[in-house]
Amino acid sequence: MPSSVMPTSRRADGHPSPAAVSTVGLRKSYGDKTVLDGIDLRIPAGSVFALLGPNGAGKTTTVKILSTLITADGGQAQVAGHDVATSPDGVRAAIGVTGQFSAVDGLITGEENMLLMADLHHLSRSEGRRTAAELLERFDLGEAAKKPASTYSGGMKRRLDIAMTLVGNPRIIFLDEPTTGLDPRSRHNMWQIIRELVSDGVTVFLTTQYLEEADELADRIAVLHDGKIAAEGTADELKRLIPGGHVRLRFSEPSAYQSASVALREVTRDDEALSLQIPSDGSQRELRSILDWMDSAGIEADELTVHTPDLDDVFFALTGSNHPNQPKQEGRAVR
Amino acid sequence: MSSLTLAVRDSTTMLRRNLLHARRYPSLTLNLLLTPVVLLLLFVYIFGDVMSAGMGGGADRSAYIAYVVPGILMMTIGGTVVGTAVSVSNDMNEGIIARFRTMAIHRGAVLIGHVIGSVLQSVASVALVGAVAVAIGFRATHATALEWLAAFGLMALVALALTWIAVGMGMVSPNAEAASNNALPLIVLPLISSAFVPIHAMPGWFQPIAEYQPFTPAIETLRGLLLGSEIGNNGWLAVAWCLALSALGYFWSKAVFNRDPK
Repeated sequence: MPSSVMPTSRRADGHPSPAAVSTVGLRKSYGDKTVLDGIDLRIPAGSVFALLGPNGAGKTTTVKILSTLITADGGQAQVAGHDVATSPDGVRAAIGVTGQFSAVDGLITGEENMLLMADLHHLSRSEGRRTAAELLERFDLGEAAKKPASTYSGGMKRRLDIAMTLVGNPRIIFLDEPTTGLDPRSRHNMWQIIRELVSDGVTVFLTTQYLEEADELADRIAVLHDGKIAAEGTADELKRLIPGGHVRLRFSEPSAYQSASVALREVTRDDEALSLQIPSDGSQRELRSILDWMDSAGIEADELTVHTPDLDDVFFALTGSNHPNQPKQEGRAVR
Repeated sequence: MSSLTLAVRDSTTMLRRNLLHARRYPSLTLNLLLTPVVLLLLFVYIFGDVMSAGMGGGADRSAYIAYVVPGILMMTIGGTVVGTAVSVSNDMNEGIIARFRTMAIHRGAVLIGHVIGSVLQSVASVALVGAVAVAIGFRATHATALEWLAAFGLMALVALALTWIAVGMGMVSPNAEAASNNALPLIVLPLISSAFVPIHAMPGWFQPIAEYQPFTPAIETLRGLLLGSEIGNNGWLAVAWCLALSALGYFWSKAVFNRDPK
């Protein structure tokens, strides 16, 4: 086996903590479709990193390359100090992977799945049984342990999946869309599970379509768009790039719309939809002042909705125009 | 842990997994046993008189029973490994295979587990079909212990060779239906071998097809070992076929497994 490379940062930025995952110029294409077009990442050990993007952005492909499931076409990737191309077994010994699609054996029971993992991690029989029982209990699967995994609900399968991933005490865990397809309750359970993993000191590499999820869990977030990292930073840093929330007023009468757009200042107009957008963070105080302002100006909107920044906003902001820091709205600002 | 210990240990784990599947869901295995048993009974009790007379064995069916059983036993192996192709294809579509690929385990363990499980299953199936054969009057009382041993060794070798081919067929099949279609030659080849009718009794143009294929030398060798008929070159031919097919299936399956999954 080739000697492993030390897990030090490739950048000369004096960052003290070693990188759990680092990539330089990672590329992958299927046929003439480029999925990853030069991905640079550096994830410090012990942190939670979220790769955020819509379907087809290349999130799963990134996880597959970093977890040695597929090979990259170009660029370099190191995981736990091992090069994924030249020392895949070194990478495999350090990681745990829970993919987007359930990686449990449906034909056998939850307990048998856990014991299978214990055997493959070469735990002794008693150690394997103890680990399996502990994890099944921890993930609330004790009662279902003797039932075939194919009979489990989506949330139970996902919990079993993560429990199996944890059998070998991996230092780096890849979670590919861990909450996609789960109901809200199971999603919150999963978030709690992920927070507990983090408190154990492991590095978590998470992919998600949900800004809220990345916001809840991640220390750093990278936005993946069309195979490139469109932005990277903490949740707060990213939010500063996103146009703020707004209150949207919709009118059915053109005359009411016209008078309101003249009376209100600092709004964005959408003449076709007869709607006005007022920048707002959605707080109670701001809403009240907007309502007061509308009352004093004698404006009656037919509909009032509050919008907070969501993933759509992130993508429009980061990729939708040539001026990423401008609001996405196409209507002219009225001054 | 040395790489050999790792290989043995992980392959044993995978074998346990496959045996657990077979034990939990025995219907596939049992269904595959039905074909050789039905064919055996059909050829002995329905066509048996004609077949026996045609071979110059007189009105007694025992001569034909003796002739057909080695062929039926080889056919049993062919049928069992069709099940292997189907279960490998099913397994490759399971998410857990992706998990195995990202674990620090012996790379070939998944396939080796399937192969050993399939060989064991073939041997068990041969024993069951053999018991039916004995129940309807098949006797091989003249065979020595060494010949019995060689007969079992031959059947295990055939099972190994056909299993590796079936694993390859299962790996390239996108689903269970495709796997079962792709593995059809393993059912058809024994039908057009010397299993039911001696080759010299076939039409002249067809004889080479029946002669130059793996089942005929294997069946003739098994006949010789159990019943004392002439083996001739068939012994070496059978072993050569098995080794060649095993090697082909092994490298094929390995190459497909090492390709990037979709």
